[in-house]
Amino acid sequence: MPPTTPAPAAVPFPGSRPSRFARLFALLFGLTTVASWWAARVDLSTLFSREAFRNALVFVAGAFPPALSQDFLLFLVRPTLETVQISLLGTAVALVIGFPLGVLATASLAHAGPLHELDLSGRPVRRLLRFIPYGLSRALLSLFRSVPELVWALVFVRATGLGPFPGVLAIGVAYGGILGKVYSEIFEAVDARPLEALQATGASRWRVFWYGMVPQAFPHLVSYTLYRWECAIRASAILGFVGAGGIGQQIEISMRMFNFGEVVTLIGILVLMVAGTDALSLRLRRRVL
Amino acid sequence: MYRAEGLTKVFPGAIRAVDGLDLKIGSGERVAFIGPSGAGKTTLFRLLNCTLKPTAGRLWVAGQEVEHLHGASLRAARRRIGTIYQQHNLVPRLPVVHNVLAGRLGTWSTPRAVLSLARPVEVEAAHRALHQVGIPEKLYARTDELSGGQQQRVAIARVLLQDPDIILADEPVSSVDPTLAAGIVHLLTDISRATGKTLVVNLHSVDLALASFPRIIGLRDGRVLFDLAPQAVRDETLAALYAGAPMTGPAEGALNASYDPGSSCRPLPRV
Repeated sequence: MPPTTPAPAAVPFPGSRPSRFARLFALLFGLTTVASWWAARVDLSTLFSREAFRNALVFVAGAFPPALSQDFLLFLVRPTLETVQISLLGTAVALVIGFPLGVLATASLAHAGPLHELDLSGRPVRRLLRFIPYGLSRALLSLFRSVPELVWALVFVRATGLGPFPGVLAIGVAYGGILGKVYSEIFEAVDARPLEALQATGASRWRVFWYGMVPQAFPHLVSYTLYRWECAIRASAILGFVGAGGIGQQIEISMRMFNFGEVVTLIGILVLMVAGTDALSLRLRRRVL
Repeated sequence: MYRAEGLTKVFPGAIRAVDGLDLKIGSGERVAFIGPSGAGKTTLFRLLNCTLKPTAGRLWVAGQEVEHLHGASLRAARRRIGTIYQQHNLVPRLPVVHNVLAGRLGTWSTPRAVLSLARPVEVEAAHRALHQVGIPEKLYARTDELSGGQQQRVAIARVLLQDPDIILADEPVSSVDPTLAAGIVHLLTDISRATGKTLVVNLHSVDLALASFPRIIGLRDGRVLFDLAPQAVRDETLAALYAGAPMTGPAEGALNASYDPGSSCRPLPRV
């Protein structure tokens, strides 16, 4: 008789069942979602009611045909260009704010990891001095990005008056915070071994940064910055609603006049612009990768 | 050039990679470290090139105690030590010329280094170094498009440009075929002989170490097991060094002597 093997069920499989914490978390997540349904007053009957249908019909009927008269289209050239300018300049300002702060906020460059092991050993004051600019830039970046660009726009419209300039500043500051944070994460994620080798030649931190970190991070930096530019085009439309110029301001005006045909044309232009940046950034990414 | 007393490096998790090591290496000496994987050779090299901080013990490089080096003096000490890494540790996306010129980073000012990224300076010297290691045509190739052996040679060219007093080579021939391996080792020993540079290498290939180096140090569990001239290294010495270690490469001959199928190579019991 062949030796009997113990039944597989008798062998415990550690970790094969979700832990108590994971199950509790899933339960809470489910309960929160259901509770939110009530809290947010989701009521599908209002969406599918006869009245909602009638209102939607008014909008759709008004939207067709879209406004395509030559006068209107010619009139739109300026706000369209304005939107492109706001998004481009806003991203440029964000780059100018985000890059230096992002570099300062990179822990592996400032004070942590093998690049500093020997240099900072037994020198707490030096370590503190290195930590101060790091901490300050992180705090600043987090302030910039925790205030949404719409709120920044309201602040800058107050300060500088209506027009595209407050839009540029709003995108610049809010996106500067985002870019800086993401840049620092990209820099921290590069392969550290080449950095160690560069440092071993006697190179200073900044030379290690330019030769080791920047080349490794470059495609990711370009790719993310282009994506942010695409976001800035959309954002500049929203900012128009609070008087920061561009195509958004026209959407807001046409909406208020119940001129839905114009709204459809404007939204069409916005879609084209976003698709255009997407195509452009794809080509750029192919070149740098 | 080097003096170590009770040199110890403990990594988080209480792993003693280097354990109370005493060592003296004179100026212009050529030394080969051999030993099984995990003997602490790479950690020792990262201590010797002033990257890691010793957990205990003392280490002097060219008369200066490493613990007292900081900032500018630390960079000056590192400039005099050139390291060739097992994984090359080149910047993959840069053209070869910049990876070779990186050997100059210790001497260049930061603005000059950044300008050189836009328009490389001292290209002549970089080309000469690449010629010396046999791949002058790769000057403007992208580094990550080279084979492992070619990258290894770029790393050597970088050290040539750095022109250090000490060359540390951590498994410099692990990614090349045996003929080329001998060529690279001879290149390094020739440079050392011609210029009087101290040469310290880790070698997987015991035969190559015995043939090319006047001093062989056996490292095991972070300690020096023996420190002998190659003529004095016997099969039993090597067997003791590699006993129980997994078999790798050309050390097999030495291993077979002590190979005991009952000790560590038994297949795991099935549950």
